[in-house]
Amino acid sequence: MSEPILRIEGLTKVYPGGLKALDGVDLEIRKGEIFALLGPNGAGKTTLIGAVCGIVRVTGGSIHAFGQDMAHHWRSARRRIGLVPQEMGFDMFETVERGVAYSRGLFGLGPDPARIEEVLRSLSLWDKRKEQIRALSGGMKRRVLIAKALAHDPELLFLDEPTAGVDVELRRDMWRQIDRLRDQGVTVILTTHYIEEAEEMADRVGVIDKGRLLLVDDKDAIMARMGRTEAHFRLAAPLSAVPDALCAYPLHLEDGGRTLTYRGGDGSGKGKAEIAAVAQALAKADIAYTGLDQKESSLEDIFVDLVEQTKGVPA
Amino acid sequence: MIGWRSTYAIYRNELARFMRTVFGSLVSPVLTTSLYFIVFGAAIGGRMDAVGGVDYGAFIVPGLLMLTLLSESTSNASFGIYMPRFTGAIYELLSAPVGVAETLLGFVGAAATKSLILAAVILLTATLFVDYHIAHPFYALMFVILVSASFSLLGFILGIWAEGFEKLQMVPMLILTPLTFLGGTFYSIDMLSEPWRTVVQFNPIFYLVSGLRWTFLGEADVSIGTALSLTIAFLALCIAIIAWIFRSGWRLRS
Repeated sequence: MSEPILRIEGLTKVYPGGLKALDGVDLEIRKGEIFALLGPNGAGKTTLIGAVCGIVRVTGGSIHAFGQDMAHHWRSARRRIGLVPQEMGFDMFETVERGVAYSRGLFGLGPDPARIEEVLRSLSLWDKRKEQIRALSGGMKRRVLIAKALAHDPELLFLDEPTAGVDVELRRDMWRQIDRLRDQGVTVILTTHYIEEAEEMADRVGVIDKGRLLLVDDKDAIMARMGRTEAHFRLAAPLSAVPDALCAYPLHLEDGGRTLTYRGGDGSGKGKAEIAAVAQALAKADIAYTGLDQKESSLEDIFVDLVEQTKGVPA
Repeated sequence: MIGWRSTYAIYRNELARFMRTVFGSLVSPVLTTSLYFIVFGAAIGGRMDAVGGVDYGAFIVPGLLMLTLLSESTSNASFGIYMPRFTGAIYELLSAPVGVAETLLGFVGAAATKSLILAAVILLTATLFVDYHIAHPFYALMFVILVSASFSLLGFILGIWAEGFEKLQMVPMLILTPLTFLGGTFYSIDMLSEPWRTVVQFNPIFYLVSGLRWTFLGEADVSIGTALSLTIAFLALCIAIIAWIFRSGWRLRS
């Protein structure tokens, strides 16, 4: 396998006051992949990104980017890394065009109006280029952050919670952007606490909690291991036992037999298919139901599972 | 190895910020200085004896110039670095391939440039009110550049230290302005009696005002050598503090 684009070893960050935000994180990122760092708020995602990008000073461990130790070659490495932060931070009175051109210069590249135009157009910001950033909507501001990060053509791009607090349309839009970056060969590391985002975008997923990387694997493998679909059939009449015709499925009764609950699937659509099959089987067996709720397991559920699994393994 | 492109980007960006508010940035110091000239130069100065053979109006020109330079250099540079800290835009600077050299040359260079523009405008304004000439233009320029750079550096440190707008204003308002007023802007040390004559000599700004006055009038309370040495020492101290700030990441990196 070729040299990883980013290699993190034993990365530790203890904040003054004793909070251990990163606890011996080891991680390798492959060139050209989309990697999702999944974890709840306060898990250490932003700290990890900050450590690579030079915003957080680490307590211990090492970071190699593009095969070079960042402690010594930070200048050349940072030139090739882009960061889209979670919090919006701008000079609000600056125009979009100037702000993006400034970012390019700051990273040591000469002016290139054609490239800036390309970046602005790809983010639908071209019409807004003369406007002050403060005049833009929240979604547009977020695009400016991305434009600023892309202005110096980074090979490795960090997106910290790119879709936190944005509407559905913008989220889809962001996903398309990331797809486009993948096509251009940019390696993307994004953090998220939406499992569907990781599912939609990532090639590989790392799950982080309390500063420790709990697992890193191909997305499909993780979804197969941990993805769950849940469905509740509200029955017209209570049942005393799961009918024999349905015993092939992971079903059980709740709520005094008035609710038939399905929990299963592998995060890749198997759950939905099985629920459809259960519904047909219920109809065939003449068991009426008055309502159906269905949901994919949340990250929260997956965490609980994961932490329990981790605990279950003897050290 | 200095990233000149990054330096230039920061410098240009800072000057652009200045140009956005150029009216306010220039009008307020020009108005203030004009008021001083009207009151002390024309109104009161007319009734005052010449100081060391120099008309009082001309005598206070270097002092007023210094007053503006010190407070504007300090506050311009402190705002320059405090604003991105305040808005969060600092992330970009921290993640960029720039170190202490680029940051300083960019931010402090821009703040010092603003001060030089301002100095030129103030000197032009002064010609409207009083007759003066500059005895040693080369030294005057050197000295103004040095002072602008030094106090822009001080402002930079302030901007990193401050945790609110109030603290940002504190040093220029509560320390620099009083010290400049008492540092011989409006009088020569000969006009004072003891113990004030001795006390004034503990005021570092006194040497700056005197140094600049020497470049204008060809004579002053202290020699240009002393004034230049002190300014350079102060400049070096500020650079050392900033180098430490960057190495330790104090108030910049978490």
